[in-house]
Amino acid sequence: MARMKFVCDAERCIECNGCVTACKNEHEVPWGVNRRRVVTLNDGVPGEKSISVACMHCSDAPCMAVCPVNCFYRTDEGVVLHDKDVCIGCGYCSYACPFGAPQFPSQGTFGVRGKMDKCTFCAGGPEANGSQAEFEKYGRNRLAEGKLPVCAEMCSTKALIAGDGDVVADIFRNRVLRRGKGAEVWGWGTAYGSKQAGQPGVTAPEGAKS
Amino acid sequence: MKKIIFTVVLVAGLSACGDQPQALETSTKDSAAYTGTGKAFVNQDWKQGDKASWESQLKARNQYGQNDYTRMN
Repeated sequence: MARMKFVCDAERCIECNGCVTACKNEHEVPWGVNRRRVVTLNDGVPGEKSISVACMHCSDAPCMAVCPVNCFYRTDEGVVLHDKDVCIGCGYCSYACPFGAPQFPSQGTFGVRGKMDKCTFCAGGPEANGSQAEFEKYGRNRLAEGKLPVCAEMCSTKALIAGDGDVVADIFRNRVLRRGKGAEVWGWGTAYGSKQAGQPGVTAPEGAKS
Repeated sequence: MKKIIFTVVLVAGLSACGDQPQALETSTKDSAAYTGTGKAFVNQDWKQGDKASWESQLKARNQYGQNDYTRMN
């Protein structure tokens, strides 16, 4: 099995925020904490693009690199998780993360600087799989139930795909081939400088799709 | 004799120059997802604890749940 990955198809996302709602409901995430958000560029302008963003479970995670107490760990499936018993709520991961994934609850024992909370790819935390302690700290462990992240499974347009990286890539590739456009996953041109994914600031040739 | 003592002191002194391992490691242990929750409230299409069946279950779920081309056609 490849690493677990998310991909959001900007051609399909309709900014319904169903993924955000599903995530908050499934994990009973506290008020003020959004593990997942929908970001829209050129909102209100024809041709606007939206994507759903959460922790991307980076292969070389910057949060992991900067954490002074090493509270992060990576599962065999490539899911980046953290141990709230070790986290000191310093916020370094928040500055390091390019996606704004780390969230800090403003209510609870630690006041305005609570222990970090983020998307777990519905994989829970270090507590026993499916236990009450795990649910209270990290939310539901759907992977251990043989299910995929609820945000992707609830997505009405199937813009958000989550699962085994190979399968996710295959579904997306097939989709792009069928519709004949939209291969440029939002932000990839900027992040990786890929010509195939489209370079930022370069005018597309006349007649080119998307 | 002096040479031996000098060598021993030298080796002992050099050992102080050793670097501590700086690899990113955490002491946190988590049980693998394929081990399941041990509860009934799981998808029934796989056997808890069986890694191969867990993987194939997730791949199948990916296809029938998120690949609408296979669902429609």
